[in-house]
Amino acid sequence: MSAALFFVAGFGAIAGAVGVVMLRDPFYAVLALVAHLLSLAVLFLLLRAEFVAAAQVVVYAGAVMVLYVFVVAYVGGREDRSSGIGQLGELLRGRGPGGAQLRLGAAILGGALLVELLIALLGTGLKAVGGAGAPYAPGPRAFGTPAYIGQLLLTRFLLVFEVASFLLLIAAVGAVVLAGRSRTIGGRGGIGEDGDGTGRVLTPLDLIRPHETGTMAEGVGARK
Amino acid sequence: MSIAWYLAVSAIVFALGAAGVMVRRNPLVVLLCLELMLNGANLALVAFSRMWGNGDGQVFALIVMTVAACEVCIGLGLVVAIYRRRLPIDVDELRELQG
Amino acid sequence: MATTTYGWLVLLFPLLGTLVIAFGYRVLPGRSAGVIGTGAIGLAFVSALGALISLESHSSSHQELASTLWNYASTVGVDAKVSILVDPLSVFMILIVSGISSMIHLYSISYLEEDRGFARYFAYLNFFVFAMLLLVLAGNFLLLIVGWAFVGAASYLLISFWYRRTTATRAGIKAFVINVLGDAGLVLGTYFIFKHTHTLDFLGAFAAAPHVFHAGEADIVAGCLLLLVGAIAKSAQIPLHTWLPDAMEGPTPVSALIHAATMVTAGVYLIARMHVLFELAPAAQDTGAAIGAATLLIAGTIALVQTDVKRVIAYSTMSQIGYMIMGVSVGAYAAGMFHLMTHAFFKALLFMGAGSIIGAMAGEQSLEKMGGFRRALPFTFGCFVIGGLALSGIPPFSGFFSKDEILLVTGELGGWHWVLYAIGYIGAFLTAIYTFRMIFRAFYGDPVAQARELEEGHLHHAEVPRNPATGEVEDTDVGFPGPHHTIAERALPMKVAMTVLAIGAVGAGLVQIPEVDEVITNFLRPTFAGSPLYEPHTRDGLLIFGLCLGTALGLSGIAIAYRIWVKNPEFAVRARERFGAVYELLAHKWYFDELIDALVVHPAAALGRFATGTFERVFVQDTLVGGSTGIVRAGSATVRAVQSGFLRYYAALLVLGVTGVAFYFLLQT
Repeated sequence: MSAALFFVAGFGAIAGAVGVVMLRDPFYAVLALVAHLLSLAVLFLLLRAEFVAAAQVVVYAGAVMVLYVFVVAYVGGREDRSSGIGQLGELLRGRGPGGAQLRLGAAILGGALLVELLIALLGTGLKAVGGAGAPYAPGPRAFGTPAYIGQLLLTRFLLVFEVASFLLLIAAVGAVVLAGRSRTIGGRGGIGEDGDGTGRVLTPLDLIRPHETGTMAEGVGARK
Repeated sequence: MSIAWYLAVSAIVFALGAAGVMVRRNPLVVLLCLELMLNGANLALVAFSRMWGNGDGQVFALIVMTVAACEVCIGLGLVVAIYRRRLPIDVDELRELQG
Repeated sequence: MATTTYGWLVLLFPLLGTLVIAFGYRVLPGRSAGVIGTGAIGLAFVSALGALISLESHSSSHQELASTLWNYASTVGVDAKVSILVDPLSVFMILIVSGISSMIHLYSISYLEEDRGFARYFAYLNFFVFAMLLLVLAGNFLLLIVGWAFVGAASYLLISFWYRRTTATRAGIKAFVINVLGDAGLVLGTYFIFKHTHTLDFLGAFAAAPHVFHAGEADIVAGCLLLLVGAIAKSAQIPLHTWLPDAMEGPTPVSALIHAATMVTAGVYLIARMHVLFELAPAAQDTGAAIGAATLLIAGTIALVQTDVKRVIAYSTMSQIGYMIMGVSVGAYAAGMFHLMTHAFFKALLFMGAGSIIGAMAGEQSLEKMGGFRRALPFTFGCFVIGGLALSGIPPFSGFFSKDEILLVTGELGGWHWVLYAIGYIGAFLTAIYTFRMIFRAFYGDPVAQARELEEGHLHHAEVPRNPATGEVEDTDVGFPGPHHTIAERALPMKVAMTVLAIGAVGAGLVQIPEVDEVITNFLRPTFAGSPLYEPHTRDGLLIFGLCLGTALGLSGIAIAYRIWVKNPEFAVRARERFGAVYELLAHKWYFDELIDALVVHPAAALGRFATGTFERVFVQDTLVGGSTGIVRAGSATVRAVQSGFLRYYAALLVLGVTGVAFYFLLQT
């Protein structure tokens, strides 16, 4: 039973991955990744990692991918004549600088990496790799339960836990700054909109970020 | 199933993600392929955790998930900012940082 | 005072003169630079007389006195001292040099009267005299070379004295370059001598030479030949003679002093001084004699067709130096030095006369424009005649005795020296012809306009000053001759100087009349004591024959010149047309200038152009400099290409790196 489930979930994971790499429309790629994530959650369950599986579904597939969907909807982006699943020839003949060589090279490199990883992971001298895993005793605080993970997080891995939360905070602030509409010095409206020199409302970042800092906008002349 | 199978799947997913980073031109999709690689690593971590029987691998996987979330956050913010400035959403076009 | 102290004084006075004039020229009023210069040389002459008297008070075997002032450098094997050697030869030379120089300084005071470079001239001239005295008083090879080089430098400074004339500066450079060639020969020759004698000191080297060298050994022959190169360059012998006619660009007193009486005789002095070494290398002696003979003949033929009065006298100098070189090379040391002395008198006199007539022509030097100055310039004419008679070897003038004695000694040696003997007399014949050609053309015939003006008492002045050689217009400011021209009749200093020299030209021969008194031979004997060639057996028959032949040739030469240039001037023109090819050869000075141009100058210039254009540009700039920078640039460009800015390439590189590391670790296990 678990073997069959494994194969279904494994196939789903790999199919999702292939879809992400090869689907032309980024939206479809996002959906393929969601499928991949769900398959991975099943695999986690098979490995008795209940909490991780749940977190995968809720956080990864639920939150992160939703975020992705929003951004893809906003930004869009189409890859013109990029790789399609059925177009192997065109896949190898790509566009872009050194497109063909890079696609071929990417395939080769990826293949080489795969081979090495397989050798490394499967050829290790650890005999336990061949086994089904350590003995498992079910219970309220058994291996893989939330209580188990929670205890680990708050005792052994407390520092890691706190640092991770700090990291999340920074990321949130950074995201706001990056994508937010801030008023420029000498311009109304956002960065990238024409400023006419009036309405000098400063943000703290303007104080520490002088003009001509070499932003891309300045580079293309969209902002002076 | 022995742990080896899970490791094999993990390796395949990781390699696919690496190839995808090299191949795709839309930055959003590149980030998706990065996610693939992270997930492949996560799978390997959880598999090893099951093998050893302690929770270290799973905690690691959770933290990786956290970091991946942060990184996606910032990456998408960058993409939005690029889009706002009316620059092409194509990693091949965005190459001012050259030697 | 000790004899050698007189020697140091002889050196000191001209040096002081130079320094005083050079540093004080701004504050020296009027002609005081000239007075100081002349006074310095006069004091040097007095010191030379003192040295003579003091030397003669020593016994004959103790007349070689060396004195060291200080030890300049004492390194491994080489002991360089500042030392002088006072012996009969050097006292003889310093008397001549200081005596003639003092007269020329006196002459120059009037000659360069309104020249803007008056003080500079006397500083240079004093420096030259100091250098020449240093050369002849030097007690070791090192100081000789120093004096040699200084003399060359002074010659350059004085030839290009009127430095704004391109012809003068070019002539100065030509003289200097050829002299440097001689310097190189001198230094290399010294090396060959030093290699075996291990001492630079003259007395030491000459004492050691017969013991460390076998006669005719390769090193001594090489050394003497190289010394001969130095002598040839300095004394303007073929083939390094081309600088002397061009050196006439300098002021006439300079030509008189440097290029007649003193500097060009340095080669003769060198061979005489090194006689010990030359006697060990007969090949060098024969080479020197041959070169001297060739020069005296070739220079004599060229002088027949020269039109510039100073150049006639210059080629005559070259020819007479040829006699001297020939003389000291075959071993006629006393005769050669005697001829040096008499030549100094009459040649300087001739140059002074030339200066006077050039003054009358207001700077014009061409014989073709002169004529009939006999009545206008009687004193100058008289000096010219005295000098000419002495030069042509007419008894009882001084040139007669000295020239014939050289040829006598040459003939006595027999063998192939008879050829030299014959050439010597042919040269004497030519000498008489060209000397009196010059005199007759300048002073006989119809008086030219300048002469007629002068007869009326009015000295001609050129309205526009011109370069006498090229005719281009110049001015009279610094770097050009001054506006004032003078003649001997009107300038007392010139008259006094010329009178003294004329007396010498007439009477100097009386000190060495063969068989009667041999003052010079006896005086110089201590220096040449060891030489087997010094006391030849005089064959009286040859002596009488030589004297008569010389007189006959001289008189007939004068007669021929008279017939051609006074009685029958068209003969010269017809002869020129008939022997056109010969005339061209002589007028082009036997094409030596063209030969040296083709052999040396053009290849050197081509080499320079090659070095600049090809070697420098292609090899150094493009390959060495450009190549090394190019390699660096290419390398950095290659490395820079990695930073393409393409994200996917960076990702690919990352994956490649990871793969590589993993591969490495896989191999490890």
